[in-house]
Amino acid sequence: MTTIAKHNRPSRRALLKSGGALVVSIGAPMPLELARAAEEARLVGAQPPLTPDQLSSYIAVNADGTISVFSGKTDLGQGLEVALAQMVAEELDVPFKVVKVVIGDTASSVNQGGASSASGIQEGGKQLRAAAAEARRVLVELGGEKLGVPAEQLSVDGGVVHSNTEMAKSVSYAELVGGRYFNVTLAWNGKIGNPLYAPGKAKPKDPKEFKIVGQPIKREDIAPKVFAQQDFCTDIKVPDMVHGRMIRPAIAGAVPVNVDESSIKEIPGARVVWNQGFLGVVAEKEWDAIKAARQLKVTWSNATPPFPDQASLYDHIRKAPARKSENEGRPVGDVDAAFKNAARVIEAEYEWPFQSHASMGPACAIVDIKADQVTVWTGSQKPHFTRDGVAKILGVPTDKVRGIWILGPGSYGRNDAGDVAMDAALLAKAVGRPVRLQYMRDQATGWDPKAPASIHRARAAIDASGKVIAYEFVSKAFPRVDVNSNEGKPHDTLAGQLTGVPLKSGDGFGVPEESYGFANKRSSWATIAPLLDRGSPLRTSHLRDPVGPQIHFASESFMDEVAAALKLDPVEFRLQYVTDPRDIAVIKAAAEKAGWQPAPSPRKNQSGNTVSGRGFAYVERHGTRLAIVADVEVDRSSGKVWTRKFTLAHDCGQIINPDGLLRVIEAGVVQGTSRTLWEEVKFNNKNVTSVDWLSYPILDITEAPESIDVVLIDRPEIAPSGAGEPAIRPVAAAIANAVFDATGVRIRRVPFSPDNVKSALS
Amino acid sequence: MNEKFSLSVNGSTHSVTADPDTPLLYVLRDDLGLNNPHFGCGLAQCGACTVHLDGQPIRSCVTPVSAVGNGKITTLAGLGTPDKPHPLQTAYIEEQVPQCGYCINGWLMTAAAFLRDNKKPSDKQIKDGLSGLKCRCGTHAAILRAVKRAAAMMG
Repeated sequence: MTTIAKHNRPSRRALLKSGGALVVSIGAPMPLELARAAEEARLVGAQPPLTPDQLSSYIAVNADGTISVFSGKTDLGQGLEVALAQMVAEELDVPFKVVKVVIGDTASSVNQGGASSASGIQEGGKQLRAAAAEARRVLVELGGEKLGVPAEQLSVDGGVVHSNTEMAKSVSYAELVGGRYFNVTLAWNGKIGNPLYAPGKAKPKDPKEFKIVGQPIKREDIAPKVFAQQDFCTDIKVPDMVHGRMIRPAIAGAVPVNVDESSIKEIPGARVVWNQGFLGVVAEKEWDAIKAARQLKVTWSNATPPFPDQASLYDHIRKAPARKSENEGRPVGDVDAAFKNAARVIEAEYEWPFQSHASMGPACAIVDIKADQVTVWTGSQKPHFTRDGVAKILGVPTDKVRGIWILGPGSYGRNDAGDVAMDAALLAKAVGRPVRLQYMRDQATGWDPKAPASIHRARAAIDASGKVIAYEFVSKAFPRVDVNSNEGKPHDTLAGQLTGVPLKSGDGFGVPEESYGFANKRSSWATIAPLLDRGSPLRTSHLRDPVGPQIHFASESFMDEVAAALKLDPVEFRLQYVTDPRDIAVIKAAAEKAGWQPAPSPRKNQSGNTVSGRGFAYVERHGTRLAIVADVEVDRSSGKVWTRKFTLAHDCGQIINPDGLLRVIEAGVVQGTSRTLWEEVKFNNKNVTSVDWLSYPILDITEAPESIDVVLIDRPEIAPSGAGEPAIRPVAAAIANAVFDATGVRIRRVPFSPDNVKSALS
Repeated sequence: MNEKFSLSVNGSTHSVTADPDTPLLYVLRDDLGLNNPHFGCGLAQCGACTVHLDGQPIRSCVTPVSAVGNGKITTLAGLGTPDKPHPLQTAYIEEQVPQCGYCINGWLMTAAAFLRDNKKPSDKQIKDGLSGLKCRCGTHAAILRAVKRAAAMMG
């Protein structure tokens, strides 16, 4: 068995030492005091606390001149580390290549929320940019003191501070502070997670000066992956480790009432861990753990099947009492009066199913409980919250738990990774050995937290002249946070819910994000209670662009319906009402790139079995906006929809790395297409029946678009917003609108699988 | 009952003791310490566990170790190295294909056998040759660009 040595990331201290220098701190703002404090710190070996208000929590200059950057974000394969390094290198005036980003280790980074809400650059990068700017300011002051030159007469070039007039008067960052900690306090806003912000006194650079930000620098994590040198979370092995597997009931909500341990007695080392609803096994060998989990004889409680039949899901949502209702955003005008005065009202209702993360592999975690330290290796996007959750479920102080993020088998939100770490912790505690637990496929798809199923009602009031005078949009749905997307509390995890932790199902949904300037306008949502209040395979949480695809499938399909009812071209209709100049710009750019020919939908004069259509949709998302054109072909007899081509225009403000951005957008569109055409969690009254890739199909390579043309709109003067999620958001509506354009049939329920489309067309 | 097996993997011979029913995947990962291929489904539905057996792609998650016999196993690590990369590995880096990359064994090992047997393939042939493999991150467009690039490199 291999050991963890190579996975065990170097601590901050070790990194700083690696250049050979002593680890000491540098001091307070004024140059003389800085020097003195450094001496004092050298004597006591002080290390500033790893808190959000310390510059040392984000950046260190190593003795060899390299820069270490510590981020509490994680990168799931979208190149965030490259973008962060670009932002830091830019502010520090050092070459890109000397910046090394260390992410997702709770021992070296503060809680910046992990991967969440497409905020890696928007929030995580913003903080590192501010920290790097402050580090440069401090380093220039120190350099000025050392060189006897006022700071305003100094420049920095390649990490060397030099006099503007005498180039020979110079000192490098490494000479100034290499191998020592910054001891500089930042103006922390007191928040952790995504909103954490702690700037210094320095102002980041004017975008006009950018040399590194905006460059298409390639990722360095690709080569290790293609040469099989990349270790995933699933590959971690620690000494004395056993393998675990969990056992879930056939009827959701049932708990074990009898477990016959003798049924696995011939399996070497197999042991049962049973605590209320929590049931797992461990064995020395992985295959033995799998066999034991399959072979173990369990008598389950006689649970009442908790779910409605799938066919009545949307009726259930319609009829269920609203647990919480909220008007979100500012209502405009008098919507009710406008509808009373309408010459015509257009109404429609849309439906979206439960969807699974269905990550490429089942989630995995390794937990090692030692007397003075618990270590958890996790693929969760949010290792700091994983640490918090493991600490709570084990009943140990948070500072005794280290969460180490290692790339997992795919992650698009709060997936099964948030559960598996807590399960592994309970197994490890029970058996007194380090445990590596990976779920099986049926557990990954069947028991991960689901994206909420929802219904959406939209209506528009039209006056006698054909003008839209009022618009109302109402969602009713399972909440987006039945379990919170941060798994820092046991009640938000299966392990907690199955071992008697009191439950706390959260509420929350969302409303369309757009800038239609209708005179009267209102958006609201209502959430309903979960179908099963404990350990449910249909518990809901965040799946990439949480509730965005659902809501905007409905809202942008509806805009198309209104345009069609008014016999207006879909792009022209949008341009008539959209008010935000950046929104207008993406709409025009996408239409122009696609060679949009204005005409009302549906298209006329199509004959034959295969018909083609073109659909449009546009959305905003937390500052980003994009417009998309879908070109589809519909096979009438099979019902198969092929999304032949997408054309989109994307504006996320300042672009840090256009190469990475393009690929993120492209993959987002494909994942959005998969969710639109295929994805629906199937269930019966007992349990989820989508348990593998046959019962939860996703887009196949034979169905991939032949091209995805992207227009990137760069706005260097506008702070960057997210890109990891927005591109998924408008895809379903664009496809639905294209199918309508092709066939004249409006489909208001996802997925657009061949069976569903065929049935809608017949 | 455990039995002894002699396995040829990436040109080296390994002796292992295992239950004959153990899928090759676990023997490669746990007994031989090869951190690829990956467990994706255990059902031969996704491809994450793909290796070559005598040059043909197989799903190691459903292949019992006892069925390997004297066959030569090649994993992704044996396909090429940074010094001597397979054209697909070069193309994957050029096109910056993977996001999480957990699926990569399936695509690269399947495409390697496909391109060896199909010179100058059409786009449709490539898609059909790779059908059934899963990529959850949605990098399909980049995968196709890379396979086409590798096909061109291989003439």
